[in-house]
Amino acid sequence: MFALETAAHPETLRRIAIDPVTRVEGHGKVTLLLDQDNKIHQVRLHIVEFRGFEAFIEGRPYWEVPVTVQRLCGICPVSHHLAAVKAMDLIAGYGPLTPTAEKLRRLMHYGQIMQSHAVHFFHLASPDILLGFDSDFTRRNIVGVALDHPEIAKQGVLLRKYGQEVIRHTAGKRVHGTGAIPGGMNKALSQAERDEMAKDIDQMIAWSLGAVHMVKQLHETNPAFYNVFGDFRSNMMGLVRPDGALDFYHGALRAVDADGQTIFDQVDYATYQDVLQEEIKPWSYMKFPHIRSLGAENGWYKVGPLGRIQAASYLSTPLAEAERQAMMALGGGKPVHGTLMYHWARLIEVVHAAEMIRDLLNDPDILGLDLMAEKGARRHEAVGVIEAPRGTLFHHYRVDDNDLVTYCNLIVSTTNNNQAMNEAVRTVARQYLDGNEITEGLLNHIECAIRAYDPCLSCATHALGKMPMTVELIDADGRMLHSLSRG
Amino acid sequence: MSAASINGVRPVVVFAIGNPSRGDDAIGPLLYDRLSAWLEGQGLAERFDLYEDFQLQIEHAIDLKGRQMALFIDAGDNTPGPFTFSRIAPHEGIAHTSHALPPESVLQVYRQIEGEDPPPAFVLCVRGEQFELGKPLGAAAASHVEQAFVFLAGLCRVAERAAWVEAAAAG
Repeated sequence: MFALETAAHPETLRRIAIDPVTRVEGHGKVTLLLDQDNKIHQVRLHIVEFRGFEAFIEGRPYWEVPVTVQRLCGICPVSHHLAAVKAMDLIAGYGPLTPTAEKLRRLMHYGQIMQSHAVHFFHLASPDILLGFDSDFTRRNIVGVALDHPEIAKQGVLLRKYGQEVIRHTAGKRVHGTGAIPGGMNKALSQAERDEMAKDIDQMIAWSLGAVHMVKQLHETNPAFYNVFGDFRSNMMGLVRPDGALDFYHGALRAVDADGQTIFDQVDYATYQDVLQEEIKPWSYMKFPHIRSLGAENGWYKVGPLGRIQAASYLSTPLAEAERQAMMALGGGKPVHGTLMYHWARLIEVVHAAEMIRDLLNDPDILGLDLMAEKGARRHEAVGVIEAPRGTLFHHYRVDDNDLVTYCNLIVSTTNNNQAMNEAVRTVARQYLDGNEITEGLLNHIECAIRAYDPCLSCATHALGKMPMTVELIDADGRMLHSLSRG
Repeated sequence: MSAASINGVRPVVVFAIGNPSRGDDAIGPLLYDRLSAWLEGQGLAERFDLYEDFQLQIEHAIDLKGRQMALFIDAGDNTPGPFTFSRIAPHEGIAHTSHALPPESVLQVYRQIEGEDPPPAFVLCVRGEQFELGKPLGAAAASHVEQAFVFLAGLCRVAERAAWVEAAAAG
């Protein structure tokens, strides 16, 4: 049983709901149960969007899946595209990818990392960080940032745009791309496309480094706050190469504990069910994965930027590794766990992605025309895993003799972070809300803790007029005491 | 606006927004496909740049640069049926509640990063009713798409600011 997960007598408490959590993708809801003195007894982050994903995929021909899964999510379609196609490479019977095909997929993936992280930091997180958690919520958005920090806002837009262009050149289109197909790629990169990306990459590296330095400077203004906000210890997991370097596209699973000690390493991700277990709780549609050997109570973990750059031994590009070392120095040789450190780690990953893009564009293989691997025997089951922008993403499929998907299990990054996000909101609730009069600014502290994880709740439905936020204060008898809406 | 493009930039940019696999959210992509084919057939394609996306984002502001007009096409679940057509302006007071931006905020981001007003911009919002993953387009939405496309084709035949302003004023 986790502290603050379940109150002893919820019927005697009043309830506050943040529903939906804003600036996260999809529908998130936080409920807080408080007594008459505003002491907090229960905090839960509920996520209600993931049911139906598997049913959406099952019954489809396997070769269609890498394209179809992009429609699960309007925020990270490339991540689903690549995780699915890695599994389907094996289902279709292909051997190792050609050097050109693998490098083109990596290029696409680093473009996705860059654009996703850029939009998260500059659009979703920077309003809180640059304008203040308690600032006027009607200005606490990218438009407010653009008003007060026009150059930063412009760089964020252009970093995002650059990442999108990398995706377009490698996937063929900005959305619904079909670049990666089972066995390789269906589109080579032209010299003109390569040159167009290469001419701006040094600027992208410079801007991403500038963003890291900006966060570092913000941290220096109030290190106590940034170190302590949402600080809780946890295990961490990510994909690493055989030498321990972080690898976003392909590697083996490594998990470390809160002190950085290895729990498991070099685990073939096809055997993920041997080391990970998914738990169901009655109050959330999203599962709670944990490390099987440690059990549900001690085995939960963080994924995503803060988890993986500390689970790995190093980053393979020099500028990003130097920044990683600088951030980790704050821990005095041990991992750092403050929730806001996710932003710092995320920007270090933007630097890494930009350096990797530069290196790939300078690699002669990137212009090769040998795009398809050798084909061997078909398989009926396979797993594809990548490090998506938000963390480790698992796609597991079984396919029958008619080439139709009969089983699909997705563990998306946000599911991997489920318990960690719950711990983050409980920690922040204890730190800032417990015993205090609840204000919009204090509730935003809860949302800031969630947003640091950049949860992608996979609601690609975008329609005008949707996604308001409502905060409701309801007493123990279910009567509405106060309601605030925005959106 | 007799030239097909000015400095290589086509005069009108059209953004069609939505996810084809989420029920009536497919309205935007469907209109994108139909409009794209129709413009080709009419010999008008060189005057328009069409972009399809799941949702509007900050980088779409860059696609407004050098345009004479912009059109955003999207499904709306509270829109009077079958569709509305309206002119929009940059808006800095809008709270952003998800990863996506409303069109007015895209215009505002343009204003802030470019230091100038965005081109005249309009929204064609077509009523949808259900947006669940894996659901097909509903019958009512299909009817709304047909009516909206007739209107859209009329707009594109006369892609002039005065004509669109007049159409927007008429609702």
